[in-house]
Amino acid sequence: MASRRVKDDKMNQHVSALASNGALAAAAGGAGEPVVRLIDVRRHFGPTAALDGVSLTVGKGEIVGIIGRSGAGKSTLIRCLNGLERPDSGEVHIEGREIGRLGENQLQPLRRRIGMIFQHFNLLSAKTVEENVALPLKIEGVSRPERLRRAAELLELVGLAGKAKAYPASLSGGQKQRVGIARALAARPALLLSDEATSALDPETTRSILALLRDINRQLGLTIILITHEMEVVRSIADRVAVIDAGRIVEEGEVWKVFADPQSDITTSLLQGIRPQLPAEIAQRLSPTLGSEAVLRVDIAGEAALGPLLADLGGQAGAFRFIHGGIERVQGRPVGTLFLAVPSGEPDLLRTVQFLTGRGARVEVLGHVFDND
Amino acid sequence: MSSTMIDLFLRSLWETVLMTGASGAISFVFGLPLGLALVVTDRGGIAQNLWVNRILGSIVNGFRAVPFIILLVALIPLTRLIAGTSIGTWAAIVPLSIAATPYYARIAEVSLREVDRGLIEAVRAMGGSRWTIVREVLVPEAMPGIVAGFTVTLVTLVGASAMAGAIGAGGLGDLAIRYGYQRFETSVMIAVVSVLIVMVCALQWAGDRLVARLDRRVA
Repeated sequence: MASRRVKDDKMNQHVSALASNGALAAAAGGAGEPVVRLIDVRRHFGPTAALDGVSLTVGKGEIVGIIGRSGAGKSTLIRCLNGLERPDSGEVHIEGREIGRLGENQLQPLRRRIGMIFQHFNLLSAKTVEENVALPLKIEGVSRPERLRRAAELLELVGLAGKAKAYPASLSGGQKQRVGIARALAARPALLLSDEATSALDPETTRSILALLRDINRQLGLTIILITHEMEVVRSIADRVAVIDAGRIVEEGEVWKVFADPQSDITTSLLQGIRPQLPAEIAQRLSPTLGSEAVLRVDIAGEAALGPLLADLGGQAGAFRFIHGGIERVQGRPVGTLFLAVPSGEPDLLRTVQFLTGRGARVEVLGHVFDND
Repeated sequence: MSSTMIDLFLRSLWETVLMTGASGAISFVFGLPLGLALVVTDRGGIAQNLWVNRILGSIVNGFRAVPFIILLVALIPLTRLIAGTSIGTWAAIVPLSIAATPYYARIAEVSLREVDRGLIEAVRAMGGSRWTIVREVLVPEAMPGIVAGFTVTLVTLVGASAMAGAIGAGGLGDLAIRYGYQRFETSVMIAVVSVLIVMVCALQWAGDRLVARLDRRVA
């Protein structure tokens, strides 16, 4: 019983954490010098703003996902980080150095500190796999035996040791991206930028590429910024997510918190594909007032999702029907969305809502249905 | 055919090979950089400079617009300056090269333009200079097209060299006109045309083989 009480306290802390999502995110930059710091970056193409005042801080060793629809400005944003795109105003700091005003020649050595991988891999077709991987070192002026030795080491790391002499055209998409990753790591960068790196790959290959990036992040302590339009990618790899829309970051925070409690409509809509939704045939029958049952959406996350919530609900608050939903793990934290139907009567409904809220859940009454139709 | 005729034939063959080979080599050496310049200085190129681009483009178009036979005559003062004479095989190489260089530049330009911009971006992103992009991306990636285009240029030069007979350059084409056509020696005409066909086929075959060996874009 005593341990129960302790748990309850933690749940309450969690509830307040959910509420102050945005504030926490701002402090989550990590210790020491941030690898990337963007301050009010703006970039216009003609009359349209690709970036409309973006500020973002990324700490060492973090994996940050930048998600948005196509045209939201995420490509422009990631290109500002290695000077492929120049901001009109604002500051871009990489490892403490402002790069927004550097000339092309000054940017070149800096870009060697930043690896980049691409949706379409961008491997040079006329070069073998090892020559592709070794190219950043060639640019740096490393001797041929030394750069081929390093290329072999990297191909080992990405699991393509046998393909050194092959040409990219003979590789599968997943293998090409592995070469891309090896090439991006060749010059021992401090930061890896991933531009939709898995968007051209099938789901299974996507998983293996993301797992590889995760491993590299852990083994080398490499900071990774990835842009994507798929929440699935963010869920499986990122520590923190920034949602970008119309050139602005509309939401930012730890991935599990954003999953548990999205603040913006864009985030909610991007989450739609991978989070439980009320089944359409029930949604169609919902009435704002009339019905024998109220349909509730219950969002729970963190500690609150660990207890025997539904069993306790049945025991302490009364009958309910479990319509849809479940609890999944995001960044190792439970994040759940449940759709429940409870009797519409005032006392029953109120008791249920109070019970669930008391357990740290967010409850929304979506509407009412007749249970017999 | 008499032995003098065979001698004449072999000399003409050599003159054609010489004119095609020399002006081909010169048009490659100048045409490829010119094609590169047209690509990199164009809008969105790695060394965008629209003024330079327009001027180069106009020069190329100007030379390409003039019919070769006119160019051959119009360039006589320049030919005399460079080759020391305005008559003969070496003299013909000057206008042939000047006509073939912009021609080849345009063909090389098309191949260079087809190089995926993503590859250029990838090498920029890894800190490559413009020169690195030219050396490691543009030229190697466009190489199959550059070689295929050079084959086309050589074949065109074989044909164009026939006109160089107008300034006494000799060559197979000239032989065919003077003996086969003007003197009604049909056997000479047939022999010349046959050799030209074989020559062009051999060039095309060798070019295609080389392209196939260079092209790594398909497995």
